[in-house]
Amino acid sequence: MQRTSVRACLARKVSAALLLTALPVAAVAQTAPTAEPVKLGIVSFLTGPAAGPFGIPGRNSAEIMIEMLNAGKVPAPYATPGLAGAKIVPKYVDEAGSTANQVTEFRNLVQRDGVNATVGYVSSGNCLAVAPVAEELKALTVFFDCGTPRIFEEKPLKYVFRATPHATMDSVGAARYVLKKFPDLASYSGINQNYAWGQDSWRDFVAAMKALAPKATVDKELLPKLFAGEFGAEISALLTTNSKIVHSSFWNGDLESFIVQNGARGLPARSTMVYTAGETAMFRLGGKIPDGTIIGARGPHGVMAPDTPLNKWFRGVYEDRFATAPTYPAYHMAQSILGLKSAWDKAAAAKGGQQPAIDDVVKAFEGIEFEGPSAKIRMAIGNGHQGIADIAYGSFRFNKAEGKAEIVDVVRYPAECVNPPANMTSTAWLEAGMPGAKCN
Amino acid sequence: MMTGLRILLGAAILGGLGAAAPFTPLWLISLVTLAMSTGLVVCGLIILWRGGLVPFGQALFFATGAYTVALSGRWFGVTDAFLLIALAVIMAALVAFVVGFLLAQYREIFFAMLSLALSMILYGVLVKSETLGSTDGVNVAQASFFGMKPRGPGYTFALFWLALGMVFLAWVGVSAYLGSIAGQLAGAIRDNEIRVEYLGISVTRLVHLKLTISAALAGAGGALAALSISHVDPQMAYWTTSGGFVFVTILAGAASVPAAFLGALLFEIVRTIAVALLPGGWQLILGSVLLLTILFVPEGLGSLMIRKRATISEKGAA
Amino acid sequence: MITVIAIVTDGLVYAAWLFVVAIGLTLIFGVMKILNVAHGAFYAFGAYAAATAIGLYFDRGWPVAGGYLAIATAAIAIGLVMGYILERVFLRRVYGRDEVVVVLITYALFLILEDVLILIWGTDGRSAYQPYTEAGSFTVGGLPLSVYDIGLVGFAGLLAIAASYTIKKTTFGRLLTAVIYDRETAAAFGVDVSRVYTVTFLVGAVLGALGGALTAPKISVTPGLGVEVIVLAFAVVAIGGMGSMEGALVGALIVGLFRAGAVHLIPQLELFSIYAVMALVLVFRPQGLFSRAQPRKI
Repeated sequence: MQRTSVRACLARKVSAALLLTALPVAAVAQTAPTAEPVKLGIVSFLTGPAAGPFGIPGRNSAEIMIEMLNAGKVPAPYATPGLAGAKIVPKYVDEAGSTANQVTEFRNLVQRDGVNATVGYVSSGNCLAVAPVAEELKALTVFFDCGTPRIFEEKPLKYVFRATPHATMDSVGAARYVLKKFPDLASYSGINQNYAWGQDSWRDFVAAMKALAPKATVDKELLPKLFAGEFGAEISALLTTNSKIVHSSFWNGDLESFIVQNGARGLPARSTMVYTAGETAMFRLGGKIPDGTIIGARGPHGVMAPDTPLNKWFRGVYEDRFATAPTYPAYHMAQSILGLKSAWDKAAAAKGGQQPAIDDVVKAFEGIEFEGPSAKIRMAIGNGHQGIADIAYGSFRFNKAEGKAEIVDVVRYPAECVNPPANMTSTAWLEAGMPGAKCN
Repeated sequence: MMTGLRILLGAAILGGLGAAAPFTPLWLISLVTLAMSTGLVVCGLIILWRGGLVPFGQALFFATGAYTVALSGRWFGVTDAFLLIALAVIMAALVAFVVGFLLAQYREIFFAMLSLALSMILYGVLVKSETLGSTDGVNVAQASFFGMKPRGPGYTFALFWLALGMVFLAWVGVSAYLGSIAGQLAGAIRDNEIRVEYLGISVTRLVHLKLTISAALAGAGGALAALSISHVDPQMAYWTTSGGFVFVTILAGAASVPAAFLGALLFEIVRTIAVALLPGGWQLILGSVLLLTILFVPEGLGSLMIRKRATISEKGAA
Repeated sequence: MITVIAIVTDGLVYAAWLFVVAIGLTLIFGVMKILNVAHGAFYAFGAYAAATAIGLYFDRGWPVAGGYLAIATAAIAIGLVMGYILERVFLRRVYGRDEVVVVLITYALFLILEDVLILIWGTDGRSAYQPYTEAGSFTVGGLPLSVYDIGLVGFAGLLAIAASYTIKKTTFGRLLTAVIYDRETAAAFGVDVSRVYTVTFLVGAVLGALGGALTAPKISVTPGLGVEVIVLAFAVVAIGGMGSMEGALVGALIVGLFRAGAVHLIPQLELFSIYAVMALVLVFRPQGLFSRAQPRKI
């Protein structure tokens, strides 16, 4: 296990080095570029607890997407090389460290390294902090994984985009799926990490449940410290309730620890667990997750993704390179880069194939619709800066015969069913009982 | 003691830096501004360290200052940078004055741990405040300067000049304090408190005063950081933030006030170079720098600057 | 009723974990006067080493019982190696320097080791759940409990007894006590203080690694593991009194029970529980619960 990962890591480094030397040749051979290369900042967790589940899959996804785009090997409609023919040169930055560090490094990327655009940020805090700086510097920035709806709801932004839908749809989708499975749900509980993501996820879930099943009550509302690791007391507290459902937006380390610990104490036999970000853990834990556990992937990603040529291609190249299936952060990165390419190419087309100025790309990005590997993304809300897409939820099943984790009973909810309309903030929409949601 | 000549010299150097700003890359100016905010906090730590006190919770006052700026703007519409900083300094000093009644009773590692506990409680409160965005924090509106509202690069320059002004004030003020009798007693407190008490001086009250001054500086640093980053979050109160301040203090040494700012600048530059060089291993570089500093420059970088002067004055005294 | 049972058992389980983590820290502080931030790194390396060992062991399909031995062996091995290197190469050079400077040395080592960890094991989490899940569960008053958790409580109890016995009854324990009380006098009476330091640091490192190793089967072992632990262990040690073994035990029990009570009764308080307890204790007992009066040196 250890040796293979070290080897994979080495192979990755070697291939990256080879790539760096090979790229200019390939570019010359294939496109005879007249355009200057486009420098792209890629910011993602490379160290710390969020690196494994989010940062590294995001970074890896960026690596292959950029390489393949430069080579013109991405399937239609992205088969043209680079960004409107210009080669992409990435610069990777670690997202770990304080918000002050992130703002400093973002300024360094834009003002020192002269990147033309930046794609990145997993942490909502970092996204919120970087957004005003991006506006100040007029620097095109695409957030790829952070979830908070506040980014475009607090004030309109011009240079900032987020193709990945915000976190409200995770909670709304979860509530709809739970009530489909348990139409007569009397009460439910929640365990979420005590920080912005956990608090927001739980608040949105409760609001959505209130709208959809006003009679269901909340039993226990647990908010353990982030990265607590030890959930014995919380599990006991959940065991003392009669909740049919336990909602959790845990991710990675805490999620896996929680699954193992609650499994050992028989919690899933009493309550069905709902893991809104469970997809990153399901392959690693396999049989440890009880059948019937409700799993989300922050979008119709991974195993819930449809069988389109683009998705098949993406999974193929990702698995070839990194010997593991792409999880949702990898999809988030891929669709963010494809969104940028769509806007870039559209802006270039409007200028007769010339390389567009950043302001042209920004104009082209607003309200654009494009295909991601797992879903169609429409930049429909946040003044055309915030993407919406479908979401899928499913139930876990461990296929004993093949020793494989599977998702069954997948329900895909259309974008308008789980996202607020353009003229409403997500909180207001949830509190009003989700008016205008179109689910069919 | 500060002489008029040294004050003039310092003012000239800072003035020169300010004049050079328009010819300097903007990212560097932002970086230096942020480093100056750390430098202000470290200035305060030097006052405490000379008395043998090292708080692992100075982030309490740093975050108080930063959040004061953010919330004064958000709730009361205060935008003037000078007013915001003054409010932040007052708030931080006030918090220190209150907790000082408790904290000033403690020494050594217990002082460190109790201050850490207090800062972690503030961290907990901020994480719990969902209206303040919990761990995501809130944005800080762009400040105005006496009614002027520079935007774009102008804003970066304005903040930089503001930082230089604050550095100047802190430098003059802290040097004056360290030279005063209360300041001079720090070494005596560090060596043996009981002897100081026998002089008829209340050590607790002296420590209380030192704590309040250092908190005011930390509040100023927090305010400058909040304006410079345009965002505040609870991480500012977390113990690793305090650890970073102590880190820079060790790097700089307690010997001289300007060293606090140079140390902070060096730290920020080392960090940003480390991130650029080794995105996945920058902590390794940072830790190694700290380790080598402690092992080979035990008195901090400041000692390199003043070693020469010290030998001269020792000779003079002999 | 079930809530009371839950609070007591949950509190004990958490206290056991805290005690195992904190005892090494308090030992090193008591003897060497070093507040060892690198303790978090011992914990993290112990957890990774155990996860690797468990992985290797169970891949071969060997009997479950031996897996616990694999955990202990891995922890002791990595604790000894790291402790030896850190003490001999780094700490030895700074004995006698300001306490704060020594803290900073350990802080620097901690930063470095965090990244070394990633270089060795990568950023992906590691899991080694077999010893935990294979241990099974039983029910008390309608509340299912994990055998492994209860085993941890037993282990912590044994550790407390062993520590108390070693200090009170063995020669090394007496030497240790002498050094704790007054290093210089002990040295004057011919105690080899340098050797006592080395042994203490090694034992402390092994205990730290053991804390991580015993936790490894319960959790997903991820980077950044150590950061969370340091402050908790510090708090327990500060509550109990720096350098006091009894203090670490009592401190762990107080924090464990308080936290469990908070989770069950007032979940909103959980986040503050440990720091609130620490601040409260320090207000009334500034030196912690079990600390000796310091002589006045005039």
